[in-house]
Amino acid sequence: MMDPKFIIAKRVAKELRDGQLVNLGIGIPTLVVDYIPKNVRVLFQSENGIIGMSPLPEEGLEHPDLTNAGANYVGAIPGAACFDSALSFGIIRGGHLDLTVLGGLQVDEEGHLANWMVPGKMIPGMGGAMDLVTGAKRVIVAMTHTSKGDPKIVKRCTLPLTSIRRVDLIVTEMAVIEPTDEGLVLKEISPEVRLEEVVKSTEASLIIPKDLKVMEV
Amino acid sequence: MRLLSVEETVKMIPDGAVVMVGGFLGVGSPNALIDEIVRQKRSSITIIANDTAFPDRGVGKIIVNKLAKKVIVSHIGTNPETQKQMIEGSIEVELVPQGTLVEKIRAGGLGLGGILTPTGVGTIIAEGKQIMNIEGKDYMLELPLKADFAIIKAKRADCNGNLVYSLTARNFNPIMATAASTVIAEVEEILPVGTIPPDEVHTPGIFIDYIVKGR
Repeated sequence: MMDPKFIIAKRVAKELRDGQLVNLGIGIPTLVVDYIPKNVRVLFQSENGIIGMSPLPEEGLEHPDLTNAGANYVGAIPGAACFDSALSFGIIRGGHLDLTVLGGLQVDEEGHLANWMVPGKMIPGMGGAMDLVTGAKRVIVAMTHTSKGDPKIVKRCTLPLTSIRRVDLIVTEMAVIEPTDEGLVLKEISPEVRLEEVVKSTEASLIIPKDLKVMEV
Repeated sequence: MRLLSVEETVKMIPDGAVVMVGGFLGVGSPNALIDEIVRQKRSSITIIANDTAFPDRGVGKIIVNKLAKKVIVSHIGTNPETQKQMIEGSIEVELVPQGTLVEKIRAGGLGLGGILTPTGVGTIIAEGKQIMNIEGKDYMLELPLKADFAIIKAKRADCNGNLVYSLTARNFNPIMATAASTVIAEVEEILPVGTIPPDEVHTPGIFIDYIVKGR
């Protein structure tokens, strides 16, 4: 079986639509850039102040003033634009960002995401995550289905929430799940796992539709 | 606007000052000024910055040298020293969402009594904060932030203090330039007045008190 993070990134990449403005979070979301379908062209925004970010074209072209939100060196496409942090977050909060893909620690039955602290253990801070989840037109959570065997898709988040906005899609190596008014709808499952395994690895209740599809990666 | 040495400008910052520091994980940070603050051991500083960078980079060095008593930032995850001092109780950490932090600074600099943001409504950071419903949507009141000093980084300045930033090194710098009693800009190049076309000035020189040449 492929490394879970590449399966997740590959499946998320199919959600990108031509012409979208997209912000990818740190970790698994960053890998999405390697799997974008050939006929889809998107613009990448990074919260440190750029639209038109690209991977570093080649080693040796690093510019100390051109990085992504993880402080890694990146490139910029012709026609890129740079701006300050106020405008960058205005773009995010103001509904101008079509899609954000973020990592997660927990998502619950209401589609609430927790991804910025584990009280008493790990307190990195929210950075731009609260603004991204609150403001982006579409939010996809890209994360492993479990952590050390424990479900990350839970009945109710025990960790502090990132936002009370319901996320739009959860993509794991096992399944694609859509939070709705009725609850979490299982849309697709990986060909590598059986339905019972997915249900067992998920603490939250899943609505299983008749047209459950096989996840294509 | 005056040109001064790095050493002289840092001498003006007293112990216990509230200092805004530009930069995003060390990119676009005034590194010569930060190094001089560490060398002169300015202590009990309150830092307002996007993050605490890395232990060996940017504002992170001030933390590692235990010169800050408080930080107001959006992220401390890349500098383990900040979390360590927080657990020991030697540093106070106030975490603010990044978009809210920059708007609080903008409000402080540009004469606003606060800002209303949907970010954080319903989460633990909304505890104790005023919520206002405007046209059916909940917003949280966030108050302005100001500082005694802002130390920022630009690519170029002219002798009137007009600044031009570079790529993603701009980040918080132009906003912080508006929100402190004394603003010190560290730049790579100092040019004669008139060489930066008016349309290309990112921060007008009236905001800048001192220019220092970085390394």
